Amino acid sequence: MNHKIENVSRRHFLKVSGIGAGSFVLGSALPIAKPVWAEQSKLAVELNLFVSINTDNSVNIVCHRSEMGQGVRTSIPQVVADELCAKWDLVSVVQGLANAEYGSQNTDGSRSIRRFYTTLRQMGAAARAMLEQAAADLWKVDVSSVYADESYIHHKNSNRKVSFGYIAEAASKLTPPTNEELTFKSKKDFKLIGKPITGIDLPNIVTGNADFGQDIKMDSMLYASIERSKVLGAKVKSFNADAAKSVNGVVATFKMPDQPTPVVFHPMNGVAVIATNTWSAMQGRKVLDIEWELGANAEHNSADYVTELKSRIVNKGKEIRAEGDAYADLEKAKQTHSATYSIPYLIHAPMEPPAATAVFKDGKCEIWACTQTPQSTQANVARALGIEADDVIVNVTLLGGGFGRKSKPDFSVEAAILAKEMQRPVKVVWSREDDIQQGFYHAVSVQHFAAGMDENNLVSSWLQRTAFPSISWTFTGTVDEPQVGELSLGFGDVPFNIKNLSCETHKATGHIRIGWMRSVSNIQHAFAQGSFVDELAAKANISTYQMWQQLLGENRLVNPKTESFDYQNYGESLDVFPIDIKRLKHVLNDVIEKSGADGETSANEGWGISVHRSFVTYCAVATKVKVEENKVTVLEMHSSIDAGTIVNPDRVRSQQEGSMIFGLSLALLGEISVKDGAVEQSNYHDYQVLRMSQCPKIETYIVESDAPPGGVGEPGTPPVAASLANAIFHASGKRIRDLPIKNHMSV
Amino acid sequence: MIDFSVNGKQHQVDAEPMMPLLWVLRDMLGLTGSKYGCGMAQCGACTVHIDGQPVRACVMPISAVAGKKVTTIEGLSKDGNHPIQKAWIEHNVPQCGYCQSGQIMSAVALLEQNASPSDEDIDNYMQGNICRCGTYTRIKAAIKSVSSGPDLAKNVGDDA
Repeated sequence: MNHKIENVSRRHFLKVSGIGAGSFVLGSALPIAKPVWAEQSKLAVELNLFVSINTDNSVNIVCHRSEMGQGVRTSIPQVVADELCAKWDLVSVVQGLANAEYGSQNTDGSRSIRRFYTTLRQMGAAARAMLEQAAADLWKVDVSSVYADESYIHHKNSNRKVSFGYIAEAASKLTPPTNEELTFKSKKDFKLIGKPITGIDLPNIVTGNADFGQDIKMDSMLYASIERSKVLGAKVKSFNADAAKSVNGVVATFKMPDQPTPVVFHPMNGVAVIATNTWSAMQGRKVLDIEWELGANAEHNSADYVTELKSRIVNKGKEIRAEGDAYADLEKAKQTHSATYSIPYLIHAPMEPPAATAVFKDGKCEIWACTQTPQSTQANVARALGIEADDVIVNVTLLGGGFGRKSKPDFSVEAAILAKEMQRPVKVVWSREDDIQQGFYHAVSVQHFAAGMDENNLVSSWLQRTAFPSISWTFTGTVDEPQVGELSLGFGDVPFNIKNLSCETHKATGHIRIGWMRSVSNIQHAFAQGSFVDELAAKANISTYQMWQQLLGENRLVNPKTESFDYQNYGESLDVFPIDIKRLKHVLNDVIEKSGADGETSANEGWGISVHRSFVTYCAVATKVKVEENKVTVLEMHSSIDAGTIVNPDRVRSQQEGSMIFGLSLALLGEISVKDGAVEQSNYHDYQVLRMSQCPKIETYIVESDAPPGGVGEPGTPPVAASLANAIFHASGKRIRDLPIKNHMSV
Repeated sequence: MIDFSVNGKQHQVDAEPMMPLLWVLRDMLGLTGSKYGCGMAQCGACTVHIDGQPVRACVMPISAVAGKKVTTIEGLSKDGNHPIQKAWIEHNVPQCGYCQSGQIMSAVALLEQNASPSDEDIDNYMQGNICRCGTYTRIKAAIKSVSSGPDLAKNVGDDA
């Protein structure tokens, strides 16, 4: 069975676009809004948007979301094929083109399964119902006497059976059932959902045959490397085109269009060097000698900025959620405690830097890109080229990591502009330096927390403030304070049972592009909150676990919506996905029990715990460290996750391992600093990410649950930094409030 | 013109002497299994074998490869049946998969030099290969599952 990503193979491209024959036949060859398998296999019979069946009884199932390691090209077909009653070995996955008919294809927010689980089951069940009806019609029996199993329709009262492939043509002529008419499998009958099925792309990955965005290659293609402004908004005044063109292999230089403000997803200002190979393009860049007009952002220095935010955050801010009177209670409290935390700018640094290939011909454009967001790519490319979205075809390759970086389509827009300019296929290759210095950064942030305790050491008031440049600044250029979407990520949804609460924000404007990064604002909010709980426990002389129990209070559902705070709940209804204290407490209990985090430790060793709900999933982390001579060694990390219904438990496990390592990496090492408007780091030597020797033993515990599926890709990250900082405190007495840890001790 | 062999096949390329092997493989020979990740031997995604030794292809000038035998991930085995490739699938190691060509080429080189590496040996040898998805624990388990040391054999069950 060949699971090679089907819409991007060179073979496929040659076939449908005619590149091999020296002519482009775009648009007509890959019609928009028509399933790609219609081109790939003329024999496939389409039953609905996600399911088609070949006469050889194999099944094509569409994956409309982007694969970046979370396993979605396996889990989506798992869900559809289970309801379809297809034999797994006969299933091929077809990567969906950008197509609004699929619904959102924006693969972020840990929501592929969460949002589409029901739809995917409907697609499988609808196709199965049509196949069953067609078989019943063939045999002239009642449909209730037939059933589907392992890609055959069987008749209960005889030995008759007919393959999906045989009956598909007749089934396709039937009127599809409505959702109300569908029947679904019960959980006990699942053969694929809930099973640890191996990733379908693995055979190609381990042999080097998988196609990532960087790997696209076509005849007559040129390679582009772009020297972009190091300071956001800086403009090209002059450059030496001749020098670049004198480099062997360089074909042309091209000044990119001026980046408008707000910056949104527009390509940055700069000069592209276009060559016959990547290396020549990169060499050409080195001699461009660009003279820049820097602009106002050149005054931005991140160290000064943190100092400024810290001085601001100790003052009362703008109240976004309040209960009781936190200020009055703090005045009369028996004892109080306060602390200020900070996290620097961070960058995704996926192993594959962004890359996109574009072909422009006869007013139409076709893109191949490692994008998390094909529809946004389509819209942005169309806008940049002044053509209709229908005239832009977007193929999604495998993504060599995404983490939010590839949900911005700027690199595809660059490729489209250059392909139009060159009238040849162009691949834009981002270097590692480009990725680290011209990204969309996780915002630098400062948090301030204060609490009052009564004579029984019970927390009676809780004050929390946050300040960071908003992602919305990137889109508007004017928004200068955290927005409700960001405040819904672990800040305004603080689930504590405290009478006097105040949640406040402070102003902070942007100077470099701000964007989403895995778990987004939960990173800073969970770090500060989880650290502060640990600090209060120490102050009250009780265990961190006891403090969490006290703060979480009785089992109940929390609704943080107030008149001034329109809690977003990850776009989900609170009725379906409530903030359930029982589930929060359960994962905390679970991880402590299984890790032994409440047990004794050797000298210089310590456990730290934290728990956080994000992406409507509950996750607790326990981390054990050793601190000797101001060097921290992370010994083990455990997590318990309650993500509701699980489609592929092994992928949930691997996502937990990965998201915890992502969290550990940023907590220990992650730091982007900005000087005179420019990012100071440039590659993995100075923007370090976790390596194998720094990786502890990791254990994951998955809570059995029939609740609707929650997010999986991100919830493992937020609790990690606090659990780590707390563990360091318990091992050494040293409290670290400013990440990364490497600035305070050896790691 | 520079002559060298890749995966048992002789090639002659007209490339700038300083062009790194990685770009010759990827852009000129169409062998895209070896990945670009950093361009400065920091991440290991481009790891190939030259005359049996693991090398970061992103910093290896093509002129230095003249007359040598290069093995890339595409040439590691027929049909992906190298024990390490099989172990990678058995342990469901890859997430996004981008770094895994390099991880596998490093792991194969490690086991060729040291058939029964300790945890520390593995950490040290694999230190130059970054995986941003965080598959390290599975990489280690997969390597141990194909190592031959008697002291390791008992650990395999724990990790499997």
